[in-house]
Amino acid sequence: MTNNTSITQVVRDKRPLGLLSLLPFIVVALTLLPVLVVASSLFTPTWPVWQHLWSTILPELLLNTAVLLTGVGIGTLALGTSLAWLVTAYDFPGKRTFEWLLVLPMAMPAYIMGFVYMAIFDFAGPVQTYLRAQGLDALVFWEIRSGFGAITVMTLVLYPYVYLLAKAGFAEQSGSALEAAKVLGSSKTRLFMQVVLPLARPSIVAGVSLALMEALADFATVRYFNFPTVADGILRVWHGLMDLGAASEMAGLLAMLALLLLLSEQRLRNRRAYHQVRGKGQGLPTMFLGGWRGLVAAGICSFVVFAAFGLPLTQLLLWGSRELSQLTPGTLAVYVRLAANSLSLAGIAAAVAVAVALLVASLTRLKSGALSRLLTRVVTTGYALPGAVIAVGILLPLSALDRSINAVAVAWWGVAPGLIFTGSIVGLIYAYTVRFMAVAYNSVDSSLEKIPPNTVLAARVLGATPLRLITEVQLPLILPGLMAGAILVFVDVMKELPITLMLRPLGYDTLAIWVWQMAAESLWASTALPALVIVLAGLIPIKLLLSQSK
Amino acid sequence: MNKKSMYLVLGVVAVALAFLLGGMIDLFPAEEAAAKPEFVNVYTSRHYGVEPVFERFTRETGIQVRFTTGSDAVLRERLRAEGKNTPADVYMAVDAGNLWLAGEAGLLAPLESQVLRDNIPAHLRDAGNRWFGLTRRVRTILYHPDRVNPAELSTYEALTDPKWAGRLVMRPATHSYTQSLVSSLIAAHGPARAEEIVRGWVANRPTLIDSDTRILEALAAGQGDVAITNHYYLGRLLQANPQFPIRVFWANQNDRGAHQNISGAGVTTHAPNRANAIKLLEWLATAGQADFASSNHEYPANPNATAHPIIVGFGEFKADPLNIGEFGRLQAEAVQILDRAGYR
Repeated sequence: MTNNTSITQVVRDKRPLGLLSLLPFIVVALTLLPVLVVASSLFTPTWPVWQHLWSTILPELLLNTAVLLTGVGIGTLALGTSLAWLVTAYDFPGKRTFEWLLVLPMAMPAYIMGFVYMAIFDFAGPVQTYLRAQGLDALVFWEIRSGFGAITVMTLVLYPYVYLLAKAGFAEQSGSALEAAKVLGSSKTRLFMQVVLPLARPSIVAGVSLALMEALADFATVRYFNFPTVADGILRVWHGLMDLGAASEMAGLLAMLALLLLLSEQRLRNRRAYHQVRGKGQGLPTMFLGGWRGLVAAGICSFVVFAAFGLPLTQLLLWGSRELSQLTPGTLAVYVRLAANSLSLAGIAAAVAVAVALLVASLTRLKSGALSRLLTRVVTTGYALPGAVIAVGILLPLSALDRSINAVAVAWWGVAPGLIFTGSIVGLIYAYTVRFMAVAYNSVDSSLEKIPPNTVLAARVLGATPLRLITEVQLPLILPGLMAGAILVFVDVMKELPITLMLRPLGYDTLAIWVWQMAAESLWASTALPALVIVLAGLIPIKLLLSQSK
Repeated sequence: MNKKSMYLVLGVVAVALAFLLGGMIDLFPAEEAAAKPEFVNVYTSRHYGVEPVFERFTRETGIQVRFTTGSDAVLRERLRAEGKNTPADVYMAVDAGNLWLAGEAGLLAPLESQVLRDNIPAHLRDAGNRWFGLTRRVRTILYHPDRVNPAELSTYEALTDPKWAGRLVMRPATHSYTQSLVSSLIAAHGPARAEEIVRGWVANRPTLIDSDTRILEALAAGQGDVAITNHYYLGRLLQANPQFPIRVFWANQNDRGAHQNISGAGVTTHAPNRANAIKLLEWLATAGQADFASSNHEYPANPNATAHPIIVGFGEFKADPLNIGEFGRLQAEAVQILDRAGYR
């Protein structure tokens, strides 16, 4: 016992990490900067605005936000986890295909899904029109323009986060724990509830919290459904009451809600060790579902894929084919340029976010302590903030930086280099990293958790520098988790809107921006082709990810 | 596996750096703009149909137009943050409130132009010459002729009558269209009466849809009988389908006239190509008027320009001569009234 302690002590105290140990703090500082810029406005609250808000819409905003988060949380948890378990533990007709089909909805942004669902299911849409024509209006039980509609659409869009991470969680488990439980006489349900589920808990909780933070920050989709949340409130105050200060304060409120979410996630993950006996699991044995059971399983998967992806895709294709018949070479050239911009931005952002997340996650593990844990939690706050708020928080300091660089350059060399940071994609990448760090970090972190501390200690004792530790020991073991994180960031950036709107260089447009502009003017047919390209581009990395992890 | 993973990481980092460097070639946009003297850079939230109009401008004058789109508020924040280093010459916006805000924030410079003064009526431009309306968009009453007799319609205020309960379809409070309409009510009746009117609308339980096109389609399908929308959405629908059943009713013809708003533009305070910017605005107010307005079925601000035949077919009407800048000044109050009245 004392030997163990002294080895740990040796590793912790006498092997300094050097400059690398500063890295997490630098990253945290850079991440916090926009948050601080926005939060600083909280110290000068505009009381008249808050008085007005309290007596009018704020209670409704808070209630709606709570309802949305509860609904989306339960929905994505149930749907994502059960589907992940279905494809991991069972074998049924078409399972190989469904495995990756079920991830597809992630490529379709919520704001696209929102207006497509609206177009299909609302009063003037084809479904209700058909039912009215058949005299079947009584069958219409839904009011799509409501919280119910918002929760449904967001659940369908966000469940893949939980599905992917739960699947990774199940896949990384080694069969030995299950075999042990079976030998000890555990029933199948007990097996699932008390062995498999708890072992996959970090991944599942990570997935649900990602989905919830996405729902919290969404303002575009909820607007279609007349379901205002706190995020929507920020823009109401900013654009309506024209008070950026009050809007920043509302953003501060949103950030506090996000912090609450993160703390509950920490609680739910709890402090038990989640490492497995053999480091990387061999996976769980599958059970074959034959006959009607297999068909039911396939049917459930088909329905989910249809509802979350097939249906909106079909509508987009219909609109798109109409567009295609009127397409000019000029418009086609525009689309190609937009696609190139979107793809390169997404690729760079994914690489940067994952690299930074990996460095921070592994370095804080070597220096574990309450402070490091808190700091890494803070790093992931950016995800819950609306992109527009982060964009403002980054634009202000970066443009101040640009102004001072210009002033200095003019003073020394008489030449103004122009807008270096805000005029190029540097600001964009910085903002994306802040915004999507949580996505990469959660994935990397839960994978690192699976590596037994003994492996790390052994490497350190054998003389590995932190860099060798990362590249030769941890990296190979966590590659699936890294790839998952990279894909998630890539797709998120492809779909991203508010940050791109605010920080992009002159004339540098992306597909998402085009789609949003056309949707805002209800020119839905014009959204179709770029939207399809977004979805298509989102599909390729998903397919890669899934073939990678086999 | 060790070497492979290291090469993988290095490879990814190298590719990322390559892209980053490639992206940074756009590092000195200001320099690039200065190297080609015939340039004008536009920040615009009005993006539909602008490309062909700008192309025509380039053909006639030789000046290249580069434009960046975004929402009005976002573009204003960008201008504010960029300060003296902004590459933008022109700020073009939809809704007078946005132009008013840009003017008040010092983002637009006053400009002396006889051409603009002569061709754009005074109530459609800034008194301080910072921005000029280029097209007019009228927000009026639209109805389904099968279920509504136009003789029953008169004013926006009259829609508070209980006979319209459950039959109204309107835009939510979050959009500037609704906010500007309420601003015009404040200007006409004062805030107390304006709030009464909005409460009257709310009491009629209007269906709120966040898209004027969808509102009109809902009317056509039977979800409601009367709506308040911008005229040009009907223009677009009629262009696609001449049989579209909804009709226009010009509101308040016996008093102040129908509520109108503008999309327009101004030259930025630190415009690097100020002369070209002024040329663009003057062209848009004269030779480009018909094309610019028709590209979106709007009415030209220049009374001498011809409008799109479809909207000419909507008939003559009287428009509220209130100075458009008032919508910006009254917007915050309008939002508070909407919030208090429970109009979401």
